[in-house]
Amino acid sequence: MRMRLGLDREARRGLLLLSPTAGYALLMLAAPLVMVVTFSFWTQDYLDIDTTLTLNNYREAWSEPIYRVLMFRSLRISLIVTLATVLLAFPVAYFLSFHVTQRKALWLFLITVPFWTSYLIRVFLWKVILGFNGVLNTALLEVGFIEKPLTFILYNANAVVLTLAHAWAPFAILPIFVALEKIDRSLLEAAEDLGDGPLRRFVRVTLPLAMPGVIAATLIVLIPTVGDFITPRLVGGTEGLMIANMIQVQFGKANNAPLGAALAVSSMVIVAAVSLVIYLAGKKLGGKVE
Amino acid sequence: MAPGTNKGIIQLSDVTRTFGAFYALRKINAEIREGEFFSLLGPSGCGKTTLLRLIAGFDEPTSGAISIGGRPMAGIAANKRPTNMVFQSYAIFPHLNVAENVGYGLTTRKLSKAEIAAEVEKALAMVDLQGFGGRAAHELSGGQRQRVALARALVMRPKVVLLDEPLSALDKKLRDQMQVELRALQQSIGITFILVTHDQEEALIMSDRIAVMFEGEIAQMASPEQLYRRPRTKRVASFIGVMNFLPATFVAQGDDGVTVDITALGRVTIRPGMVPEVLNPATIDTIGIRPEMLTILSNDAEPAERSARGSVTGTSYYGDMTYYTVQLAGGGDPVTISMRNTAGRSVLPSGSPVTVGWGAESVVLFE
Repeated sequence: MRMRLGLDREARRGLLLLSPTAGYALLMLAAPLVMVVTFSFWTQDYLDIDTTLTLNNYREAWSEPIYRVLMFRSLRISLIVTLATVLLAFPVAYFLSFHVTQRKALWLFLITVPFWTSYLIRVFLWKVILGFNGVLNTALLEVGFIEKPLTFILYNANAVVLTLAHAWAPFAILPIFVALEKIDRSLLEAAEDLGDGPLRRFVRVTLPLAMPGVIAATLIVLIPTVGDFITPRLVGGTEGLMIANMIQVQFGKANNAPLGAALAVSSMVIVAAVSLVIYLAGKKLGGKVE
Repeated sequence: MAPGTNKGIIQLSDVTRTFGAFYALRKINAEIREGEFFSLLGPSGCGKTTLLRLIAGFDEPTSGAISIGGRPMAGIAANKRPTNMVFQSYAIFPHLNVAENVGYGLTTRKLSKAEIAAEVEKALAMVDLQGFGGRAAHELSGGQRQRVALARALVMRPKVVLLDEPLSALDKKLRDQMQVELRALQQSIGITFILVTHDQEEALIMSDRIAVMFEGEIAQMASPEQLYRRPRTKRVASFIGVMNFLPATFVAQGDDGVTVDITALGRVTIRPGMVPEVLNPATIDTIGIRPEMLTILSNDAEPAERSARGSVTGTSYYGDMTYYTVQLAGGGDPVTISMRNTAGRSVLPSGSPVTVGWGAESVVLFE
């Protein structure tokens, strides 16, 4: 009895210690969310807000072709980004986990080096690299590889994919690395012992066991990139614009916050649904992982 | 099948494995026979696991050669070798169920699904796990995991099953039971088993032959009985069971054997058959005698080949046995004597004067 009481007291103290942070986080997360959701049911009336509850914003958000186009484009771009990022991250994580025996920490540290510069500056640097008179075009022209500058690399969806994939690579590498590190090496030896060559072993053991990391990486990259608006704005041109840019416009220049809110809530719901599908599919693919 | 009469299945010739300047294995020569239960016994770091991994193909020797079934194994990867391993951690695939685990290796062979299922069920029956095929890996107990790992190796019908400390993760009672079961199973299917263990009792119980290894070298390779009764070096003797060492000096060598003076017990002649051939009698400085080869005589009338006086300095009571520490009147370190607690024998208190009986046949000579 005394022990239970003691535990209770400890739990209470833990909650007390935790509560300022938890409260702060909850407030900062929940308050804007509640605000956005509430806004989405109101109507902008020039400079005033009509607070009568209505579904008109959602009707518009889901029926106007422009929003649908932007939403699909955002999803498409971020899915391509996610696929590219995870596919590129996996070999790096694999190499780190299986082939680096010394100074693993240093390697991990080096992977995070890009974070030392601001995200904005990194996006600008891609502009410098990919531009009409940029580093890449100049270099290729100089060596005579091309006759006129490549234009398909900047101010379109390709540039957005390239930039985002680079920016999010570490976020994909780390969870995959952790999942690979957790694989008991004797399982790989057992697979080999039972007749598997390197490729079969990878498909039958390494990949299924790395699946939790792959799913985590997929979600970590997919969810934020759908809503990214800096990269499409800076390197995306007009055909690279995404849903977040439209939301920003609605809250700003278009002065229609309720519609912006409805778009935001809609894309949140769509992203949540897509993430859930990916999560469940990945779980099925990865099998019954303990 | 008497294992001793079978032909060799694994030949190790001058197998050496170095890691930098460190010799993990130094010129190992051995032949493992078909159908025998062979153990590699030694303390951790003696190279026994390295040797097992070389045989499995997870590692290649720095120099020397390994052949299995007459085929040289150099350059042949683990997945192409006729060996299967039971890992220390069992290495049960966590994302597969029991049947998928056991059938894992069969899917690389040209077998139908039904044939695989039948083989898997047969293998599971062999290890007493009928009907466990659908269980998830994490639902298994330690003992069951061990059986699944064994079934997974046996289903491949390998020439040799390699076992890397397979019982070390089990509790004592289960371990004792599995030792007997594993031995019985090996004898009934007749496949060669190579066991790596640091547990001398386990090796003695299960093996046909044991190679005792220290620091990358085989110190002695013999049957359990020979190893226990006739250890060749002091190190082997003290690694396997308990051995009392007493200082001795060489006196003479004749047709009747080697005569030595044991400081604490007196002069004794050891018949030629009991003297190791490799031993140079002149270098003898120690003899060994096992605790159960010494007897505390209950009265002076009890017969004994030879006897010596001493006094009890300590007792450890084990229920069925009592271990006495006895200081012999003739000097030397105190000796350990084990006595069965048979009817009529009481446990002697410390300080009791005793007469210790012994015989020449139980004396082991060391240099």
